[in-house]
Amino acid sequence: MQDALFYDRLQFGFTITFHYLFPQLTMGLSLLLVLFKGMYLKTGNEKYNKAAKFWAKVFAINFVMGVVTGIPMEFQFGTNWARFSELTGNVIGQTLAMEGMYSFFLESTFLGLFLFGEKRLGQKLHFVAGLLVAIGTQASGLLIIATHSWMQFPVGYELLESGKFVLNNFGALFSNPWLWPSYLHNQVASLVTAAFVIGGVGAFYALSNKHKEQASLYLKTAVITGLISSVLLAFPLGDWLAKMVATYQPVTFSAMEGHFYTEESAPIVLVGQPNMVEKKLDNRIIVPGVLSFLTYKRWDAEIKGLTEYDETLWPTNVPGLYYAYHIMVGLGTIFIALMAVAAFLLWRKKLITSKAILWIMMFAIPFPYIANTAGWYTSEMGRQPWLVYNLMRTTDGISEVVSSGNTLFTFLGFIGLYMLLGLLTLVLVGKLINDGPEPKTENA
Amino acid sequence: MEIFWLLVLAFMLTTYIVLDGLDFGAGIVFLFFSKEEKDKEAIIKSIGPFWDGNEVWLIAGGGVLFAIFPVLYASAFSGLYLPLTLVLWMLIFRAVGLELRHLIDNKLWKQIWGAVFGIGSFMLALLFGIALGNVVRGVNLGGVENGVLHYSPTNFFTPLWANDFSPLNTHPGVIDWFTVILGVISVITLTIHGANWIIFKTNSGINDTLRKWSFRLSIALVVMMVVSFIAWIKVKPDAFANFIETPVLWLSIITVLVGLGGMLRVQSFKKDGLPFLFSSLFIVGSFVSTLLALFPKFLPSTNDQVPALDIYNTSTTEYGMQVSMVWWFIAIVLVAGYFYNLHRTFRGKLDEVDYH
Repeated sequence: MQDALFYDRLQFGFTITFHYLFPQLTMGLSLLLVLFKGMYLKTGNEKYNKAAKFWAKVFAINFVMGVVTGIPMEFQFGTNWARFSELTGNVIGQTLAMEGMYSFFLESTFLGLFLFGEKRLGQKLHFVAGLLVAIGTQASGLLIIATHSWMQFPVGYELLESGKFVLNNFGALFSNPWLWPSYLHNQVASLVTAAFVIGGVGAFYALSNKHKEQASLYLKTAVITGLISSVLLAFPLGDWLAKMVATYQPVTFSAMEGHFYTEESAPIVLVGQPNMVEKKLDNRIIVPGVLSFLTYKRWDAEIKGLTEYDETLWPTNVPGLYYAYHIMVGLGTIFIALMAVAAFLLWRKKLITSKAILWIMMFAIPFPYIANTAGWYTSEMGRQPWLVYNLMRTTDGISEVVSSGNTLFTFLGFIGLYMLLGLLTLVLVGKLINDGPEPKTENA
Repeated sequence: MEIFWLLVLAFMLTTYIVLDGLDFGAGIVFLFFSKEEKDKEAIIKSIGPFWDGNEVWLIAGGGVLFAIFPVLYASAFSGLYLPLTLVLWMLIFRAVGLELRHLIDNKLWKQIWGAVFGIGSFMLALLFGIALGNVVRGVNLGGVENGVLHYSPTNFFTPLWANDFSPLNTHPGVIDWFTVILGVISVITLTIHGANWIIFKTNSGINDTLRKWSFRLSIALVVMMVVSFIAWIKVKPDAFANFIETPVLWLSIITVLVGLGGMLRVQSFKKDGLPFLFSSLFIVGSFVSTLLALFPKFLPSTNDQVPALDIYNTSTTEYGMQVSMVWWFIAIVLVAGYFYNLHRTFRGKLDEVDYH
């Protein structure tokens, strides 16, 4: 049984991590596509349409990968987490079904129109199609995070004696206090990813002296949206989210922060390694009082440490949680610094010639992906050992009939298949980037 | 209320089979009947803007199943773990093959991804047919062995096959001679359906060949229908109980026969859309008839200790069904609008149009 749980978690973790590499780009990129297309309609300048067309191609590849890796997520609720689905389907089935009905239909039908229909639709309707795709992707994010939020902070339900959760207040799913901070944080984070990707490609063109007009458009768009979104991400959104975790899941909060003992005027940890044997942080670098201040707006506020709680209530993997959270926060801080420098150079009109910063922007592309993944790991590992926080343990959610061997087999299959998909995406997007937004022959 | 949701689900899944079925069929035609690049491109263009939207009917139908009949969702998906994982992989292959093929202009690259697209489509047609066979035949609910229950009554696990490949066994596998018959019917039907779609939406050079094949395969289909009818009676002797009780249900069987009749006349139709209309009728009629034969069951039991899963013992609460009804109606009106708009924009023959 423990074996089965291990492989079920491994497979879900692997497939969801891989899946989310695609939506995090497409959700943000869809907004930038609308921006480019809208600027084209407004100014009539062909460069915006070229940008929209070019990024639509990148979007299409990522979208297809997102779709094909997304279906296994829905299926796994039933295949690997049957007990969980049986007991909570009455509640979260609502939001998951709505995602299909409200988001996927919208995205898929209008993406077909956006990619293939520019000539048949005309420019204005083509813009509308792009806008509807963007709305669809944002709706998808909302409904998934509504589901996620219910697992973190269950609302609007009644727990029956059979262990079943049944819905008694549909509206509560959307007024869940967990939902809006998580959702906004997530969507803005996906905008950071999109901005870094566009900026990185712009830097690549600028450094290789190609497609100059497009390069400066990408850099400008990326730096402005990147700076705004990475600042918003930390404050107010990140701050809001952290306070909520501190309020509703204090034990998770202490673990995230690596805070083992109750203290007044608690310090914030910048660096340190959790030592689970001695229950302390090794080699730490701290700033005194800051954690208390950030959490409660008072320098001397008391923050409870992990050791106050029974160990069975601790997050399953405290060091993992701690590192995921600190990687996210650390990278987020670096993003703000990088974008601030780039924005300054942009303002002084020197960005396009500042080789050093262009190199950094080019190599920064993978890092928002890492930060986003780490952020999700913080959220999910923070919830463990619970599937439904404080009410249903992960151990109790798996399919009793699916043995560990079956899951191991499918897990290995997914690894192989996804490696292939990942490789294909890199090769194909790489080829698109290399061909550039101004292909010599217009037949593609 | 349960019956309303059964109708919703039947509607969504039937739509899925008709729409994504034509994509699978196009893939099979692509694999077996198209030789020249021009024709291959015509086939892909005929489904290019549609396939993704078509596939959503499966995902959204699955979502509704999850929300309204969570017990069934949990039971069927875990019990059919292996075939469903195969379906997932094939859906990935189909989509990737279709979308990546045109991205690099190299003969070998196109051959590889074309084959992936075609084989994926073929396997999906086969697997969905086999899956339907499993639903009709039933599964060993509760995992009963020698009178002992191994799982809770809503659970089961079906291996890929059992040693004797017999549907009459108490614990049959996914693949047995009955489910394979339905799998073959599904492949033949969807091949015809895909061919009819290509005739409808393109002026490709292979349309005449396809009409011939559509006719030949329809004859093969008639033969297979007779075979499956005999097999069905053998596996489920009470298959017609609902029809005898409520004679108006024979309308669905008549739909099957009308569809089949039209499919056999494929070569004499002047309008290119008609063959597709009849193969759609055939699919709708056969799927609905199957559901009617099962009603009110979803998943029959092959042992005599555990009762079947039906629409009543797997459903969510009254409140859940009521709120879902509100958002479902709003959504379906929107969806109808999206599809109307999509098919209006891409009306007519698609192969000679330059989309890009």
